[in-house]
Amino acid sequence: MGKVVVVTSGKGGVGKTTSTAALGAAVAKTGKKVALVDFDVGLRNLDLIMGAERRVVFDLVNVIQGTAKLSQALIRDKRVETLFLLPASQTRDKDALTEEGVGEVIERLRSVFDYVFCDSPAGIERGAQLAMRFADEAVIVTNPEVSSVRDSDRIIGLLDARTMKAEQGEAIAKHVLVTRYDAARAARGEMLSINDVLEILSTPLLGIIPESQDVLRASNLGSPVTLADPANVAAKAYIDAARRLEGEDLPVVVPFERKGLLNRLLGRRAA
Amino acid sequence: MNILDLFKRRTSAPVARERLQLLLAYERQSRGQPDLVSILREEIMAVIAKHVQIDQDYLQVSMERGKTMSTLEIDIQIPNKSATPLALAG
Repeated sequence: MGKVVVVTSGKGGVGKTTSTAALGAAVAKTGKKVALVDFDVGLRNLDLIMGAERRVVFDLVNVIQGTAKLSQALIRDKRVETLFLLPASQTRDKDALTEEGVGEVIERLRSVFDYVFCDSPAGIERGAQLAMRFADEAVIVTNPEVSSVRDSDRIIGLLDARTMKAEQGEAIAKHVLVTRYDAARAARGEMLSINDVLEILSTPLLGIIPESQDVLRASNLGSPVTLADPANVAAKAYIDAARRLEGEDLPVVVPFERKGLLNRLLGRRAA
Repeated sequence: MNILDLFKRRTSAPVARERLQLLLAYERQSRGQPDLVSILREEIMAVIAKHVQIDQDYLQVSMERGKTMSTLEIDIQIPNKSATPLALAG
């Protein structure tokens, strides 16, 4: 039986879709069978980040409504053969997803794949709640910034109250993934530090993804950064995070850019 | 002013952390509970209505959260009976 992981955040624009693609691709590269499911009905983007936007024929809603088979809707990645994408539909009907339908699809995916990553829409409404509903684990994507941390806290509350696991009295495993981290700014006291974020959210850390231009470059190219440029610092951080997700005990290091002497001195002074 | 202050930038992260800790402590506590202020407002209104007839708009209930204590502010305006005809005449 595969593991279902929801990638969520509450706040939009923090990197849920980018992280879903990067983590999923990193896990699939190790030979595991991975399905990425886009839950952002009406605003799908995982297909674009994966570079599969022109291959979408059927989607999650078609499968739930029975107009397409699951095998018809799944798109196999052209780079990693154990990686699949189940796109969201672009319908404007907010009620296109039913809890029963989503549950059935997830159960079928779980029986075939080792990992099912659910890319949650932003917010705390129905779509976000359905994305987390059947998850065993959650990756909470957080930027070191006040509004993102507050929303993550809200999402953690929902994960502990509204998921199937929580309702059955079991704990859902939660991990914080800090993205767009700028170690130099944090050292200067201009940005919340990793410790600040972890202390506030009191949730274990999955990884720290440094702010990197190559992440945007990978999105432009339609390739998860872990496939487009595996040697990049952000890609490495994602690959490590994926290994931790698979249970490996890997120490987290703060990805630190090389800095000039002047920056170092300024960084030290305020810290 | 210390000459060093010119070089030292005021750090904002500690302020962010403190604000978040305070806010989230409150939000976690009130999670899943109905809004206290609106309950108080409703009940106060009911008590007043037993004795004086006032409009909803004349009652303001607000809560300001502090670090160790919160302040509940209740502002009830009761129009004077004698003032009403004057106001109408004016």
